[in-house]
Amino acid sequence: MDKMPKWADVVLTPLISLILAMAISALVILAIGESPREALTTMVEGALGSSYGWGFTLYYATNFIFTGLAVMVAYHAALFNIGGEGQAAMGGLGVALVLLYLPLPHWGLALPAAMVGAAAFGAAWAFIPAILQAKRGSHIVITTIMFNFIAAAALNYVLVNLLRPVGSMDPATARFPEATNLPTLSDIAAGFGMEWGRNTPVNVTFFIALLACLLVWVLVWRTRLGYQIRALGKSEPGAVYAGINPVRITVIAMLISGGLAGLMAINNVMGESERLVLNAVEGAGFIGIAVALMGRNHPLGIFLAALLFGFLYQGGGELALWTSIPRELIVVIQALVILFTGALDNMVRMPLERIFLATRRSKGAAR
Amino acid sequence: MAAADDMKGGRSGTAAPPAIELRGISKAFGPVQANWDINLSVPKGTIHGIIGENGAGKSTLMSILYGFYKPDAGEILVNGRPITIADSQTAIRAGIGMVFQHFKLVQNFTVLENVILGVEEGALLRPSLSKARGVLKQLAAEYQLNVDPNATVEDLSVGHQQRVEILKALYRQADILILDEPTGVLTPAEADHLFRILQGLRDEGKTIILITHKLREIMEITDNVSVMRRGEMVASVKTAQTSPEELAELMVGRKVLLNVEKTPARPAALVLEVRDLRLVDDGGVERLRGVSLDIRAGEILGIAGVSGNGQTQLLEILGGYPPKGSRVTGQVRMNGADLPLSGRGCDAGQRRRDGIGHIPEDRQVEGLIMDFAAWENIAFGWQDAPEFNKGWLMDNQAIRRDAEAKMERFDVRPRDAGLAARNFSGGNQQKIVVAREIERNPDLLLIGQPTRGVDIGAIEFIHKQIVALRDAGKAILLVSVELDEILALADRVAVMFDGRIMGERLPGDTTTGELGLLMAGVTDTRDSSANAGGSAHVDELPEGRA
Repeated sequence: MDKMPKWADVVLTPLISLILAMAISALVILAIGESPREALTTMVEGALGSSYGWGFTLYYATNFIFTGLAVMVAYHAALFNIGGEGQAAMGGLGVALVLLYLPLPHWGLALPAAMVGAAAFGAAWAFIPAILQAKRGSHIVITTIMFNFIAAAALNYVLVNLLRPVGSMDPATARFPEATNLPTLSDIAAGFGMEWGRNTPVNVTFFIALLACLLVWVLVWRTRLGYQIRALGKSEPGAVYAGINPVRITVIAMLISGGLAGLMAINNVMGESERLVLNAVEGAGFIGIAVALMGRNHPLGIFLAALLFGFLYQGGGELALWTSIPRELIVVIQALVILFTGALDNMVRMPLERIFLATRRSKGAAR
Repeated sequence: MAAADDMKGGRSGTAAPPAIELRGISKAFGPVQANWDINLSVPKGTIHGIIGENGAGKSTLMSILYGFYKPDAGEILVNGRPITIADSQTAIRAGIGMVFQHFKLVQNFTVLENVILGVEEGALLRPSLSKARGVLKQLAAEYQLNVDPNATVEDLSVGHQQRVEILKALYRQADILILDEPTGVLTPAEADHLFRILQGLRDEGKTIILITHKLREIMEITDNVSVMRRGEMVASVKTAQTSPEELAELMVGRKVLLNVEKTPARPAALVLEVRDLRLVDDGGVERLRGVSLDIRAGEILGIAGVSGNGQTQLLEILGGYPPKGSRVTGQVRMNGADLPLSGRGCDAGQRRRDGIGHIPEDRQVEGLIMDFAAWENIAFGWQDAPEFNKGWLMDNQAIRRDAEAKMERFDVRPRDAGLAARNFSGGNQQKIVVAREIERNPDLLLIGQPTRGVDIGAIEFIHKQIVALRDAGKAILLVSVELDEILALADRVAVMFDGRIMGERLPGDTTTGELGLLMAGVTDTRDSSANAGGSAHVDELPEGRA
């Protein structure tokens, strides 16, 4: 029983990290002669103050939920999949091919078909690093990050040379058929006679992301496969003793991980741009790492962390729009949050643990 | 041990203070007492062996001497002067050099660069390098320590890399050299060369501490030997006045009196047949050299031996997971059917379905997932069992109920199935593993070190369960380094040494002395023990690697 209480682990630590990141961000904003208070107000108003802001925040959060879940599933098998960016990009290709070449009359049919395409392409892109790791011991961090570049270059080629409509100057596919366009949440709200989030990209994929959170939770903590993944992640010799095949589980965990990353394309490619453009992922694959870390590799935590990063994305955009704080600084603020919640997690956690232990000991001594 | 305190200078007998003296050194890691009240005196100019099982505390003691750990209590004297060794720099200044089991060399540096690493003088390398070149030449001539100073370390053989480590220590003017399991990675010829080097160093007045668990080395080159067991120094004697079987006995101990009530075995049908089992590991070393054994239903076959003589590999092959990259040949039959020894069908899950239970040697790395709750660990290895699954999902309720019932029957404390395995004591962790495997009622149960790091109460309980399983007509293979345990439980005792079964005895018809001889690799115990004392057998020790 040498741990701090769960609430401190799950809530207090990220909260303190977040406050630290905000404090330093405030100093940076002060240093360039702007008001941190005003900046915060702008961000909160812009991201959460209206249904319009929420529409964007939730849209970004949807992306981050998928990539965060992707990192999480691999993490439980002790694999650090930082190839979410490439896998999501490939997922986009899968979506585009399905929607451009299969005659699908309705989005209700197009959605499952596109999901299969997205997941299959994302998984396929994770398969090669997975098999290299499992069979040859090539480190998955190295291979997945290299596969991000390969994916970017490959998509570049495919978009420019193969999928670009004849005569178009734009390295993007043609628009997907109208019938396959996903309803946005504002469409749905309008169906109920309400006005909510007009002209925002958040769409039905948001609900699929929530469902994915639930399914991933079931997978990891309720199925035999999840049990095997977690056992392998904790101890490979133990897994071997228990008759768990490390090669098989490594590959399966990475396929699921890549598939989840690929599913992000449902949101940004099918739901938002309604065609495949260059660099459609826009770094969401990397944000997924921070989301998974901050969410303690639990779907609920990932959901909350994805909301936070959705807020930072949307609020940051507003900040660039309404204040003279330059865009680069917004990246700095986002980076600070990633740095403190992800990379410097132990900086907060360890002293906190010590404080909890010390108070417990002094309580024990008093008794 | 009458000779325990008779520890004068091994060679000279002068009144010079001992090179190293330890007084009452203790060190604990959490609840584990790695060293307890260690006293040791190493006279100058001698080779001093420290021998003990894995986990006896040898390496901890040497790490204290080299400044890696701070002792909780006790005093260290070097050449009669008390010193505090806070870090390895202090140790080096005091003239202590260490050659680690796993070398600490920069692979892509040359020998010369490795030697001066950390003791470069000035910003430019050239003067240091040329000075080192001269010193190295001299050392090479003096001690047969020939290594090409310009060779890159990664191109050197293991034996040569070790010489570089020794040269590093000598270059730092070490007078006291500690070698941790130096022959573990060497071929016999390399080991012999190393011993000649060490003898040369001793003759020049250096003091050498040799840590090992190989009896042959101790008998061959040490002047004095100390035996460690479970963190304590149980004996210190002159090598000439002891014998390998005495040392083997001391290492595995026979102090704790174990009382296991059991009736004579009633062996029935043959369950396991092992024929000419051989294993060559990924490094090309033969770990099993033709092991054959039989186990019948209703009997316990005990395998005694100093650890590292192939017992682990035997268990892993039978358990369905031979070490990665190894080559296994031979035949294993279970209830008359051949068990595959490699490829498909050779996996631990299949072995379980074939009716083999396995209590692994290392419960913390293999037997349990330490971060899993106790109830999750009850399904570990049996995650495919139908009663633990409901379609796609695992039936966590069923597993939990099963875990609670097993914890109740095996008196696991605290009786909290939700607690992570890490938070149970060693004995209770082991009870979880034992409960899981025994309650499956396997036809054959493999047991490795069932009571290592387990408290007395739990030992008794676990022993009773093992005997009860035997009485229920099951076959049991018991591997233990604790001779008492083997003698108390086994119906037949086989002794392993250097990948071979040296002989088989009945527990009632043998002595610990005889088993000690077998454990040291002497085969003709019956003849020789009749006509000569123990130390006479040193010459008969096989030349093969231990």
